[in-house]
Amino acid sequence: MSDSHPVDVRTHVKAYIIVFAALLGLTALTVSVAMLHLSTGEAVIIALFIASIKGSLVACFFMHLLSEKRLIPILLAFTVFFFFALLLLPTAEVFSRGG
Amino acid sequence: MTQSTSVEHGSGHESQGFWRTYLFSQDHKTIGIQYAITSLLFLLFGFTLMMIMRWQLAYPGQPIPLIGKFLGEANAPDGIMLPEFYNQLGAMHGTIMIFLGVVPLGVGAFGNFVMPLQIGAPDMAFPKLNMMSYWVYFAGGVTMLGSFLLPGGAANSGWTSYPPLSDIATIGQTAWLIGMFFLITSSLLGSINFIVTIVQLRAPGMTFMRLPFFVWAQLVTSFLLLLAFPPLEAAACLQLMDRLAGTSFFLPSGLVVSGQVVQASGGGSPLLWQHLFWFLAHPEVYVLILPAMGIVAEIIANNTRKPLWSYRSLVYSTLFLGFMSFIVWAHHMYITGMGTTLGTFFQVTTMIISIPSVVILAVLIVSLWGGSIRFTTPMMFACAFLPMFGIGGLTGLPLGLAPTDIPLHDTYYVIGHFHYIVAPGSIFALFAGVYYWFPKATGRRMNDTLGKIHFWGSLICINTIFMPMFIQGLAGVSRRLYDGGAQYAHAQGVLSLNLVMSVAAWSLAIFQIPFIINFFVSIRKGKKVGDNPWDATTLEWATSSPPPHGNFIRPVEVYRGPHEYSVPGAARDFLPQNDPA
Amino acid sequence: MNIPYTSEVRPDTGVYNAKLGIWLFLASEVMLFGGLFSAYIFLRTGAATWPHGWEILNIPLATTNTVVLISSSVTMVMAWASLAGGNFARFRRFLGTTVALGVAFLAIKGMEYGMKFEHGLFPATNTFLAIYFTLTGLHGLHVIGGMIVNVYLLGPGSKMWRKDPQRFTNRVEVAGLYWHFVDLVWIFLFPVLYLL
Repeated sequence: MSDSHPVDVRTHVKAYIIVFAALLGLTALTVSVAMLHLSTGEAVIIALFIASIKGSLVACFFMHLLSEKRLIPILLAFTVFFFFALLLLPTAEVFSRGG
Repeated sequence: MTQSTSVEHGSGHESQGFWRTYLFSQDHKTIGIQYAITSLLFLLFGFTLMMIMRWQLAYPGQPIPLIGKFLGEANAPDGIMLPEFYNQLGAMHGTIMIFLGVVPLGVGAFGNFVMPLQIGAPDMAFPKLNMMSYWVYFAGGVTMLGSFLLPGGAANSGWTSYPPLSDIATIGQTAWLIGMFFLITSSLLGSINFIVTIVQLRAPGMTFMRLPFFVWAQLVTSFLLLLAFPPLEAAACLQLMDRLAGTSFFLPSGLVVSGQVVQASGGGSPLLWQHLFWFLAHPEVYVLILPAMGIVAEIIANNTRKPLWSYRSLVYSTLFLGFMSFIVWAHHMYITGMGTTLGTFFQVTTMIISIPSVVILAVLIVSLWGGSIRFTTPMMFACAFLPMFGIGGLTGLPLGLAPTDIPLHDTYYVIGHFHYIVAPGSIFALFAGVYYWFPKATGRRMNDTLGKIHFWGSLICINTIFMPMFIQGLAGVSRRLYDGGAQYAHAQGVLSLNLVMSVAAWSLAIFQIPFIINFFVSIRKGKKVGDNPWDATTLEWATSSPPPHGNFIRPVEVYRGPHEYSVPGAARDFLPQNDPA
Repeated sequence: MNIPYTSEVRPDTGVYNAKLGIWLFLASEVMLFGGLFSAYIFLRTGAATWPHGWEILNIPLATTNTVVLISSSVTMVMAWASLAGGNFARFRRFLGTTVALGVAFLAIKGMEYGMKFEHGLFPATNTFLAIYFTLTGLHGLHVIGGMIVNVYLLGPGSKMWRKDPQRFTNRVEVAGLYWHFVDLVWIFLFPVLYLL
């Protein structure tokens, strides 16, 4: 973002306001879904889906991920892969025990 | 707006006073030397702990001579070592050698000193952060050392700190966790700095495929430190909560200690710690070995006077190795009763990761072929690295497969295996690096005769220590026994080897004396050398010895690959990377 | 001696040093919280019973806190945009608001903790509360860390604006990236701990 000029910034600001509204809306949505007391499986899927959308909005717009060159997306792709390995393999390993 | 370019860093040797020049320096070369000296001292200290333990293993229950009476009544009454003290020594030997010795020497010292020079950078990308990472490492070291003075002594649950034992251990374990926070912070700061420096500060013309292999090794190592250490930090947070806030992350329900049910909410799992710990600790193995491989590759290319055989396979294998090292960790846990499905997954990934390791070793061995080898001291250590790492690697294969791992797990076979990788493997390569880059750091060469005494003595002794461990392990002798197995019937036949190994360990210490003398005397009295005493091609040899603040008097530009030795038609048998000819 | 690319972008990589540095740091943070979330999944799936977050925790307070933290993210990015547009006064107003919202977040969090302690609910009570206090406590430490940086950029650090405006704008962008990440972690913590 070294040579952003005022016009550039104004369109940015408009995007930030829209993203802000979307984040507030999704927060309201996820809380109201939680009030329905769905089964754990359904609740997990919906809550994580909404959280992922919110997270992506923050990363893409506030953190300017959309306008980054290749380097940082590649770094994050590897990190996300290892993140999921770390998140899921330990539990999967213990679950695959049994008989 | 100041447009800073790499042009204006001439002889910026502004005097900064004693403190800023030597102690709180932000110059990567000074920080590298600080790391080198501190980590060499820690290696010596960790080795000393082991020599004390080896007395107990050779002569169980007999008073330790000379130093026995200084160890304290709580540790060794009348000079006779207590089992609790043996456990402290064992846990701290591992912790110190890995986290305070080999990694800071391979990454903190060599990475810091050599890498910016090799890529033609004036310094690291974040010099203040670099200084901070050294001092945070230092604080971690002081915390670990200080823990010996706590009531109950230092951590005594092994370097792996497995709960539930570590959850209920003496206060030394809390100090261990705090020390680890420091060390993790230090390596995070360091690895960020290394990656940014390599990506951003390469000199003009220094494309990725022109990087010396050492730099590639440091890049992959930094990524391993960056992404594998945080899960251990998370696990350490949880263990600290268990110890200080009374939580039960790692305490199962109904745990009984000394006949009493532990008062805790329960519901935790010791396996959780093992998963999070090995998520770090397996990549950590590659953190120990990759910088060593980088050093060996540079020294082999330089001393065979020819390019590395297939630089590209070396680079791609290292990248693949780094990637795979994140998904093999549970092969340390077969004995916990792992199911066959995930067990198969981890066995397959473990066999796959051995392929790039073998490719790297093969590349280095084939690189020797047809060269007119100069057997300098660094080259001797580098050559010895190859079969030693080979033995370490091959003996690891049976441990990667559950059917053979289960009987061998936690025996001396395992100890022999990983010590072959780290001691005559990594540490030999690090010695090679000390002899190789010493002239760059000081402008003087280390003595070759003393170097060769150091080399041959160490090689013979270190094999006499670790080879018998395979025999003991195959006979079923467990690790971490404070009498070396004397109480067990199945150990009786191989018990006499304990004395052989102990004598070899003490002899190994004697053969380090030539190195220590050589190191300190050569700083003042070594033979003076020019900028490029080894006729080498990489950029660190393109500047003066020692290099000035800012590294290069004039901006460097790179025209060729890293190891252009014996190029047909060239005037000399080496073409430096910055030689436009 | 000058380090290259401290304020200008290196053409072939497309970033300046500090931006790559902060993204690497955030990658390590992803793995830190990855380890903790992994522990959460591991312990929850292994537990015989696990309470619903809403039975124990205070949803209205946490929802308010979510709104507070999201708002602080917006003011943070607005602070950067103001600087990029050359408006220093506006930058100060937005960054000041960000710090104030950070204080509000911590105050609400403190209230929540206080209410738990009053009811005799501590980390040692059960595994759910253990992971709740550990995760939110660590997140709170991250908020405090971000506020220290922001206060510095608001106060003594802002002198750089006059000497080297590009580098100062970069610093604010980097601080912002960290702050958004802290927000992002909360976006996942909130449903995981409170709503499931």
